[in-house]
Amino acid sequence: MAFGPYAIFIVGAYGAAAAIVAGLIAWIVLDRRHLIRLINELEAKGITRRSERAYEKNP
Amino acid sequence: MTLINLANPSRFLALSARAMPWLTAATVCAFIMGGVQAYLSPDDYQQGATVKIMFIHVPAAWLGLFAWVLMSLAALGTLVWRHPLADVAARAAAPIGAAFTLICLLTGSLWGRPMWGTYWVWDARLTSVLVLFLLYLGVIALWRTIEDPTRGARAAAVFTLVGAINIPIIKFSVDWWNTLHQPASVLRLGGPTIHVSILAPLLTMVVAFTLLFLTLHIAAMRNEILRRRLRTMLIMQADAAGA
Repeated sequence: MAFGPYAIFIVGAYGAAAAIVAGLIAWIVLDRRHLIRLINELEAKGITRRSERAYEKNP
Repeated sequence: MTLINLANPSRFLALSARAMPWLTAATVCAFIMGGVQAYLSPDDYQQGATVKIMFIHVPAAWLGLFAWVLMSLAALGTLVWRHPLADVAARAAAPIGAAFTLICLLTGSLWGRPMWGTYWVWDARLTSVLVLFLLYLGVIALWRTIEDPTRGARAAAVFTLVGAINIPIIKFSVDWWNTLHQPASVLRLGGPTIHVSILAPLLTMVVAFTLLFLTLHIAAMRNEILRRRLRTMLIMQADAAGA
């Protein structure tokens, strides 16, 4: 790959963009896992939302 | 299917669960296509290989603006129609918009150093984009500060609509003031000024970034709905414990 004297700027720009997007994806995935785990814990204790029960009966 | 059905968060979760794999696959395909095109594109006759930074800088800039426009429409949905998913959509879009604006600022800075001889200059375009980034941080902080979701949604909606003033300022800053940043070269009345060999990969990357934004936004909206469900369940748990 021949970017000449600008290689550090080009690779730096793509690297920074990839790191930020990877961080965003990781945050969304980990946030979802965390939320689902907490909801499952509450549901295991018998706490469910009325609207959810109604939707499950008649989606 | 009526709009009211679509506005139902449970319906949204079901529909989006079906769409997510397709959107993810389309995003990956678009990035592969855009990446190959960008790699094979010729160097610019003046800027050399640094023109390749444009393939991520420009899509990130457009999405930074697009996310705020989306949030502004959602803010109208919150304030005028009280649409159940409007605040969810706005809240999910804010961190993603902030991330793309940060990418725009960083890649622009890394492009500016070899071309302008400086990482940063306080010209109208750069400063107004920095203001956009700070507005994103401000609205995220506002949502986190106000505990009551309804009050928080209204306050953030007003903040978003006021902040929308910055969008045309960013767009036309290069026309209204003398800036080091170049004027518009893609979205302009006379048509793009970029050669097709560079314009084609740029447009493919715009499609790829937009698909990425949609995928992340829908995923973040799904999380936001779950967060609200969790909050309701925690309140129910507290009520049950207090009863």
